[in-house]
Amino acid sequence: METIQTDVAIIGAGGAGLRAAIAVAETNPNLRIALVSKVYPMRSHTCAAEGGAAGVIKADDSLEHHFNDTVGGGDWLCDQDAVDYLVQEAPKELTQLEHWGCPWSRAADGSVAVRPFGGMKKERTWFAADKSGFHILHTLFQTSLKYPSIQRFDEYYVTDLLVDEGRCQGFTAIEMRSGQMRRFQAGAVIVATGGAGRMFPFTTNGAIKTGDGMALAYRAGVPLKDMEFVQYHPTGLPNTGILLTEACRGEGGVLLNRHGRRYLQDHGMGPETPIGKPEFKTMELGPRDRLSQAFWHEQKNGNTVPTEWGDCVMLDMRHLGEKKINERLPLVRDMCISYLGVDPVKDPVPVRPVVHYMMGGIHTDINAATPIPGLYAAGECACVSINGANRLGSNSLTELLVFGRRAALSAIDYLQSARPAQNEAALVAQADAAQARIRALFSRSLGKETISGLRKEMTDTLEENAGIYRTEQGLAAACATLAELRHRYADIALHDKSNVYNTDLLQALELGSMLDCAEAVAACAAARKESRGAHQRLDFTERDDVAYLKHSMATYRGAEPPQVDYRDVVITRSPPGVRDYSGGKK
Amino acid sequence: MNEREIELEVLRYDPEVDEKPRFQRYKVPCKSDWVVLDALNHVKAEQDPTLSYRWSCHMAVCGSCGMMVNGEPKLACKAFLRNYTGVIRVEPLAHFPIERDLVTVIDDFMDKLKRVRPYLIPKEEKSLAAGEYRQTPAELKKYKQYTQCINCMLCYAACPEYGLIPKFIGPAAITLAHRYNQDSRDGGREQRQEEIATSEGVWECSFAGACSEVCPEHVDPASALQQVKIESTIDWYRDHLMPWLKK
Amino acid sequence: MSRKPYHREVPKAGWVFDHPRYMRYMAREFTCLFIGGYTLLLVVGIGRLAAGRADYEAFLEALGSPLGIAFHVLALGFAIYHSVTWFNLTPKALPVQIGEDFMPDKVIAGAHYAVWAVLSLGILFLSGAF
Repeated sequence: METIQTDVAIIGAGGAGLRAAIAVAETNPNLRIALVSKVYPMRSHTCAAEGGAAGVIKADDSLEHHFNDTVGGGDWLCDQDAVDYLVQEAPKELTQLEHWGCPWSRAADGSVAVRPFGGMKKERTWFAADKSGFHILHTLFQTSLKYPSIQRFDEYYVTDLLVDEGRCQGFTAIEMRSGQMRRFQAGAVIVATGGAGRMFPFTTNGAIKTGDGMALAYRAGVPLKDMEFVQYHPTGLPNTGILLTEACRGEGGVLLNRHGRRYLQDHGMGPETPIGKPEFKTMELGPRDRLSQAFWHEQKNGNTVPTEWGDCVMLDMRHLGEKKINERLPLVRDMCISYLGVDPVKDPVPVRPVVHYMMGGIHTDINAATPIPGLYAAGECACVSINGANRLGSNSLTELLVFGRRAALSAIDYLQSARPAQNEAALVAQADAAQARIRALFSRSLGKETISGLRKEMTDTLEENAGIYRTEQGLAAACATLAELRHRYADIALHDKSNVYNTDLLQALELGSMLDCAEAVAACAAARKESRGAHQRLDFTERDDVAYLKHSMATYRGAEPPQVDYRDVVITRSPPGVRDYSGGKK
Repeated sequence: MNEREIELEVLRYDPEVDEKPRFQRYKVPCKSDWVVLDALNHVKAEQDPTLSYRWSCHMAVCGSCGMMVNGEPKLACKAFLRNYTGVIRVEPLAHFPIERDLVTVIDDFMDKLKRVRPYLIPKEEKSLAAGEYRQTPAELKKYKQYTQCINCMLCYAACPEYGLIPKFIGPAAITLAHRYNQDSRDGGREQRQEEIATSEGVWECSFAGACSEVCPEHVDPASALQQVKIESTIDWYRDHLMPWLKK
Repeated sequence: MSRKPYHREVPKAGWVFDHPRYMRYMAREFTCLFIGGYTLLLVVGIGRLAAGRADYEAFLEALGSPLGIAFHVLALGFAIYHSVTWFNLTPKALPVQIGEDFMPDKVIAGAHYAVWAVLSLGILFLSGAF
């Protein structure tokens, strides 16, 4: 098997992966960087993020405010030292992006503009119209082309991490176009592969968000942390799940039920604010978990609007006017018209909550390091945790930049004292085993299990039993179903036997990743007998800080369900309080 | 919910088995708001898992799913079935070699993207501590349109020049260079002109305008190329008639 | 077992007929033949003028022949097509930004049409058409 030697190998070329690569290249141009991704960098799902990235720049704002908004928004499950680091680094990172050419929207005087966002007390979300993620990704990708030390391996699917002598020494990856497996020998590895929203049937996530990096680290022995916290974005298009950015509400859009009532005020987020004059942290600018939960209640009470795509509520942006919509929400308007045949300038848009983001992921410390030396993780695939039990909008894009860079610096630091691989034979043996496992998929004969069939059963059970509201029986059913699916997955065989760009193989491997992640989600959800942030239970409706002010840690146990343990949350100066999103107070 | 059955005729090519590409037909039960991508996904999930194609976001922002639908370059996620009748022919994006089924080899495009220096070369240095470069809304608007390219390569598939003369740098790459040229913070225009104001660059373009017609993001690459031509022409006259201006 | 990327030939001349947009494009390019031809005709006319009254009148008679008229009709048609496509595309090459917004394409193209109309009327007047 061909071996590629490198110093820092990065899996995933989205916002976090690209930022890490650039950070390594700038800090030490002599280090070799292998940037490995299963898609070309421009296709990374960072491109779909719309609203913006948070960073304190206004005179009446402060790091303390950003800290408090984030910690409160996360229902106190955030590690507060990490949040301090995030809010402190945020303005620098966003300015750095601007220096690299990012086309941030501007105020009249030429300074960067900021807009209000859900759960944030002050305006601090930097934005580039409603395609912020797209512009951030392309700015990073185009900037990365400056550095000769970044060598890209586009359309390589990583199958296994190679861990020997107690440290990570690289990985095996399939070159999609030829089907050839290659071994990457690296001093340090950074995982930046994004989330796993495709485990659910209705999601804003693109096809590629299948939790591959989470599964890689998980199988190598790194715990997955806080997996039960899955964020539903309150405004997705009902047929395709396409995201309508929170900025729709930040700019003044309102949510109405079938009676034309702004129902959020009936669920603890009132009193009603004047139309077109949104107020921070209340009504439509409340946090995402509260808004999604309000939908669920409205649906139970028969107040949602029945449409051909299921029950919806209406997002009304008509009062914003055509000019403002074209200037600040052009992509949103285009998508509503194209995919739903509704023009937000003229009519309210039917929307519903859809799965959007995983707060949980690969356990890392504040320096983006996993418990395995030489292995780092950053971005949505990681859980530091800065998002806690519920992420505030526009903190994720910031997180990519801050922790992408942090992971790079940690990796460089580690490389100073790392020794070269001592036991090449062991690594080669691991790589050969990985190769054999893949070949087995080719040689197995077709049985009754299909990739799409298992996938559908997985997404159905997660939506049914591990959705916005959960119960003990439902979660037990999910755990049982997922264990069975993982078992049946062993019988999967390929219809496509070609070595050239085999997407049947790709989907089989992605399904394996998703099943492992899904089992962790269900197990952690079942074990957490409280309601906090995005994890809401009908049988345990209150938050329990005595038993559960802790992170869930799921450890892989092969064919068996994961072991779930707990780890204290780092509380420095903000003790758990009440998340109060009702307005009318200072 | 309106349902209808459509028929797809899809190009297939497995180099390990096929001498050359062939076509395969699939009948697909579809919903009224489906796009070609939904139909392909249905085929792959329910009928033929061996079909290979690229896709991700399903919202026309990742640029993965460019293909020829009835001979026209389209994003599969934005080709609405309601606009087609009869058998719908789906082929890989024109003017690129076929790797497998609907997947093309885009190495040439990636190389060209890199060649044009598509990154900010600041006019003046500024430290991070000094904050952001100032850029008025008018200055932003000047180049904003050209930042919208999703690298889907529909323009390369439509461009007759690129089809006949593969060394042409092409619409998207040159437009990206122009995007930076027009950015008030940038000072790298001359460096980029070396690459794009050449016979492989804009001077290969004869303003067919097909690129702008097919662009799903309304970037209007044709306009960018003509503007580069004008700049290049002015550069030439200035260099030759007023050589004392050269640095 | 491995890759074998397949290269699809673009037919050297056939591509023009693949889509109406390519035919419109080639028609536009084709106009150069008639415009070039007309220019040649003018040069010949000047030559004949210099050669003397008889030659010049023979030239004018030839212009009035069925072939001559046919040529003029075609040349005028193609010249108009050339001018119209040129004027409509000019705003793409010469965007004018005033404040934040760009001058609408119609205004820039419209200005060209206006100047064309004025010049044409002027020439017709000078040549005694009215």
